[in-house]
Amino acid sequence: MTASVKTLVNQPYKYGFVTDIEVDTIPRGLSEDVIRMISAKKKEPEFMLEFRLKAYKQWQKMTEPDWPHVHYPAIDYQDISYYTAPKEQEKKKSLDEVDPTLLETFEKLGIPLSEQKRLSNVAVDAVFDSVSVATTFREQLAKDGVIFCSISEALIDYPELVQKYLGSVVPVGDNFFSALNSAVFSDGSFVYIPKGTKCPMELSTYFRINTEGAGQFERTLIIAEEGSSVSYLEGCTAPMFDTNQLHAAVVELVALDDADIKYSTVQNWYAGDENGKGGIYNFVTKRGLCAGKNSKISWTQVETGSAITWKYPSCVLVGDNSVGEFYSVALTNNMQQADTGTKMVHVGKNTRSTIISKGISAGRSQNSYRGLVKMGPKAKGARNYSQCDSMLIGSDAEANTFPYIQVQNHTAKVEHEASTSKIGEDQLFYFAQRGISMEDAVSMMISGFCKDVFNQLPMEFAVEADRLLSLKLEGSVG
Amino acid sequence: MIVENSEVILSVKDVTAEVDGNAILKGVNLEIKAGEIHAIMGPNGSGKSTLSKLLAGHPAYTLTGGEVVYKGKNLFDLEPEERAKEGVFLAFQYPLEIPGVSNLDFLRVAYNAKRQHLGEEELDAFDFDDLVRERLDVVKMDPAFLDRSVNEGFSGGEKKRNEILQMALLEPTLAILDETDSGLDIDALKIVSNGVNQLTNPNNAVLLITHYQRLLDYIVPDYVHVMQGGRILTTGGKELALELEEKGYDWLQPAGVA
Repeated sequence: MTASVKTLVNQPYKYGFVTDIEVDTIPRGLSEDVIRMISAKKKEPEFMLEFRLKAYKQWQKMTEPDWPHVHYPAIDYQDISYYTAPKEQEKKKSLDEVDPTLLETFEKLGIPLSEQKRLSNVAVDAVFDSVSVATTFREQLAKDGVIFCSISEALIDYPELVQKYLGSVVPVGDNFFSALNSAVFSDGSFVYIPKGTKCPMELSTYFRINTEGAGQFERTLIIAEEGSSVSYLEGCTAPMFDTNQLHAAVVELVALDDADIKYSTVQNWYAGDENGKGGIYNFVTKRGLCAGKNSKISWTQVETGSAITWKYPSCVLVGDNSVGEFYSVALTNNMQQADTGTKMVHVGKNTRSTIISKGISAGRSQNSYRGLVKMGPKAKGARNYSQCDSMLIGSDAEANTFPYIQVQNHTAKVEHEASTSKIGEDQLFYFAQRGISMEDAVSMMISGFCKDVFNQLPMEFAVEADRLLSLKLEGSVG
Repeated sequence: MIVENSEVILSVKDVTAEVDGNAILKGVNLEIKAGEIHAIMGPNGSGKSTLSKLLAGHPAYTLTGGEVVYKGKNLFDLEPEERAKEGVFLAFQYPLEIPGVSNLDFLRVAYNAKRQHLGEEELDAFDFDDLVRERLDVVKMDPAFLDRSVNEGFSGGEKKRNEILQMALLEPTLAILDETDSGLDIDALKIVSNGVNQLTNPNNAVLLITHYQRLLDYIVPDYVHVMQGGRILTTGGKELALELEEKGYDWLQPAGVA
């Protein structure tokens, strides 16, 4: 690589600011008392406290997974604050009563919450550190019977629904990070789509970590009743701190007969600086259960941020003829490390799954795809198609693919395709020789590479995702 | 064609250059005026392709001495994409494949980059579509190629035709054709040559880099230069190419030079 092309300046992370706001934060450390305190602060029903304590007991017996292809110093779980909320956080009835500093923060992040400015067809739940500060369009959605609120509110207003489904897809002891989340989660979104209802607008949650030393443990639960459908999108950013912050979320989706859930993520947590200092540890468990026949769950993720990503949005295809999809673009630059992919567990007959994974590695980053396709003994006629493509930018980045395929019946069909390509100096020179700038060249090549995934994103966000990737790669090419 | 008193487009003076620390060009002199077609011939490793890549600004090639003036400006003050927008065009010996980027998008972005540079309004997708379809005729290319990824899965001949299509759109002042004839069968060679001939006019110039006289039957040069060991050894008219075809290159080697 020549010096001339390396000298392009890295685009600064534009969401790296800190909001100066008084917070109510509990001392660092984790114990049964801390869990009781969180539960009490949230005025939760008794079953929730039991759920948390059970998870905590399990977590204490578990060890952090060491199989991902990522490396980081040991995390001191006693040095994290497990609850941080802006002061006076009685959830406001009207958005106009929300602290203007918070409204301003979200506006700066491109998420206008005030009535006049917000996107007309997207309802937003805004989560700041540990709590949800605002949810837009609630009344309008309620007219169709759609419940969209923070999970804390759902615990108070719809405890039976939460109790029935929480932990039904990701059991408390599923893995180290899901157990931790189950013990200490503070907020997140709750969505319930009633029978036969097509959710009239896009739902989205915007997660913002603001306070240094705070962990974010959000919990999202989406239930789509028989014959219903919903499209949900989450976005995430965090300030630039030199220390690492832990984000351990759990997302559970349940689709009943003929229901359809589309879940999209644009993840742009702070990734650390070019030497790998700071950034978010993003250890996330996401799983969807296609419980009903002909149901469908589709994950689309654009992962661009975080120092370390450990994330496998999965589908358990129980209902006959159910469909699971996973479309992913994972981009790593500088010293970022990502170990991400999916699990498609085929249980029911004629279940189908599609995996399209696009990994882009630049700088000295490591980018691994890890995916499991499991065809159970009763999954007669099940089919999977997987395509894993890697693109290397420069000569110091690493890309890996770890596919796991388990087939327990001989009528199932599994296809796996993989490719590796490279944006090299010669291709860039070809563009330059036609008068096309390096930024445009990279953006055209990346868009082309990611097209199959971006086409799955809701329209408003596809353009945003495209732009985001170009920004992230500026200065990495040469 | 040689035109009296026409403008000098490119002036190469005592140019030396290296790639990966190896000196390849050892003092090249060349002057190209508007309206002229020049051919540089020479054996493998003589420095022909190095000269073409150096002029286009490939980052692996470094100028170590001498100067190149292009339309009155120091060529090396310009970044590769600026050179392109100022009218320097290199038809690649091995055109690159760009998966995922449609040929049509690539052509449009390149074309509009130049328009913008010249202070002209960019063409929208519809107007550009009309233009490109008209230019396809220059190289008799099937419109289906526009929707495919740039050069991906194209045959050798199709790639070279695609290069000339780009030339037809970008209308360069100086077109450098680096072994455009290599890998072409006779029919493709005729199509490509015919395309280039349609694009020459008294205001632009062409520099052909080739091993073989065969191309020069179709694109007739005004000057033929013979390059060897990083220098131009001799210059003549089109008949020099025929002589080379017959005698090879060795007879040109001056005594005492290895």
